[in-house]
Amino acid sequence: MSATKTILIKPIFMNNPIALQILGVCSALAVTTSLQVSLVMCMALTAVTAFSNFFISLIRNHIPSSIRIIIQMTIIASLVILVDQVLKAYAFEISKQLSVFVGLIITNCIVMGRAEAFAMKNPPIPSFLDGIGNGLGYSVVLIVVGTIRELFGSGTLLGYTILPTVSDGGWYQPNGLMLLAPSAFFIIGFFIWVLRNRHDDQVEENEFKMMPHTTETGAH
Amino acid sequence: MSSNVNSVQNVIKVALGLCVVCSIMISSAAVLLKPRQTENQLLDRNKNVLIAAGMFNPDVDTNADVEARFSEFDARIVDLQEGRYLTEEEMQSLNIEPETYDQQSAKNDPELSTNLTGDQDVASIRRRANYATVYVLQNDSGEMESIVLPVNGYGLWGIMYGFLALESDGSTVRGIGFYDHQETPGLGGEITNPDWQSQWVGKEIYGDNGNVQFRVVKGGGSGESQIDALSGATLTSRGVENMVQFWLGENGFGPFLENEIQG
Repeated sequence: MSATKTILIKPIFMNNPIALQILGVCSALAVTTSLQVSLVMCMALTAVTAFSNFFISLIRNHIPSSIRIIIQMTIIASLVILVDQVLKAYAFEISKQLSVFVGLIITNCIVMGRAEAFAMKNPPIPSFLDGIGNGLGYSVVLIVVGTIRELFGSGTLLGYTILPTVSDGGWYQPNGLMLLAPSAFFIIGFFIWVLRNRHDDQVEENEFKMMPHTTETGAH
Repeated sequence: MSSNVNSVQNVIKVALGLCVVCSIMISSAAVLLKPRQTENQLLDRNKNVLIAAGMFNPDVDTNADVEARFSEFDARIVDLQEGRYLTEEEMQSLNIEPETYDQQSAKNDPELSTNLTGDQDVASIRRRANYATVYVLQNDSGEMESIVLPVNGYGLWGIMYGFLALESDGSTVRGIGFYDHQETPGLGGEITNPDWQSQWVGKEIYGDNGNVQFRVVKGGGSGESQIDALSGATLTSRGVENMVQFWLGENGFGPFLENEIQG
């Protein structure tokens, strides 16, 4: 795999920001009740991560280390406000549903984490690609979680009815838990389990060793 | 350059430069996109006036239908204290117009609003504007067919804003629509579900004694003034009931409806 391709593809499964780096989980819980909202959130976050990486990398040699976090935050915050304004102007219905969560992209650890870990040390183009790659990694998780939650929570996908619910005269009794934040925890947990089952190297080492069971008296 | 990148001058230079660039970018975006955003908000509000009056079906109708249908309504300003329409002169002296009057910003203006005491404030909104814009729909012969009232009240997470449409008798519900709320999607958020909203139609707000009889009840709600509560959203349902209690009660549109509509 060429270097560019690695930067772009690796964060999707091998170094997934949510599943392995455990960044940005909070918004993944909040916006995944419906698939459409999740998709818009993914696009917004990918755009912000890519462009903030790009701009920070562009001026990385001029950023004094004493105020580098503030500079990163300023650039990220400006981009997020921009995205929020564009959504309000061109996708009003969706921006209403996303409400505060667009603004909360500022506090999303993925954006800041990639700026600090990658963009400060690499040239603009790879940084931009790294932003897109991490955005896609975030998107994969959000789309999986969003699909499961909307399908089993409301019986629809992207607003189209798949499982007709009892309240609409169908047969499917929606699972109310799916609409609440804890369900996203479970689904993300399963996602990480599946991922780590396939890629053994992602499994963290135990912090302590289990001692063998002993029946000897006076062992403790 | 890179040797003195951490010098004090450079810190100030970079910080200032970045601030200027970012603020120019954001303010130009805000100015350029403002007209479209205001248009969207207005459209959404107007759409909910139509939804309340049963003249807009989100599944079939599009945003293009909103403007023409909304123009059939006549916007008027009501003095909630006195319970009557404002006259032209009063509107001029107060410097408000039905088309531009914003009840939400008037709520924060001490001259145009009233503080609500604890027992008055059923809907937990703290202050209430003194004037409200209502939308009157007339039929071809000039008689009032329906009146749409702006209502709002605290749900579980925040204030729910909506419109309640009444028939010409000033008591029978014609429909309800919500255009802004922060309720949990799928639970309290179901206040925007057309199926739930459809059970409002035809319910009587006032009982025979003239008091607000409307209730949101768990498990059914078959009475002529009852609707079924939302499952899994007790506090939202209670908020909706309180909202109706307040806005159609004596501190809301109660006196106005009694004087001008019910006759």
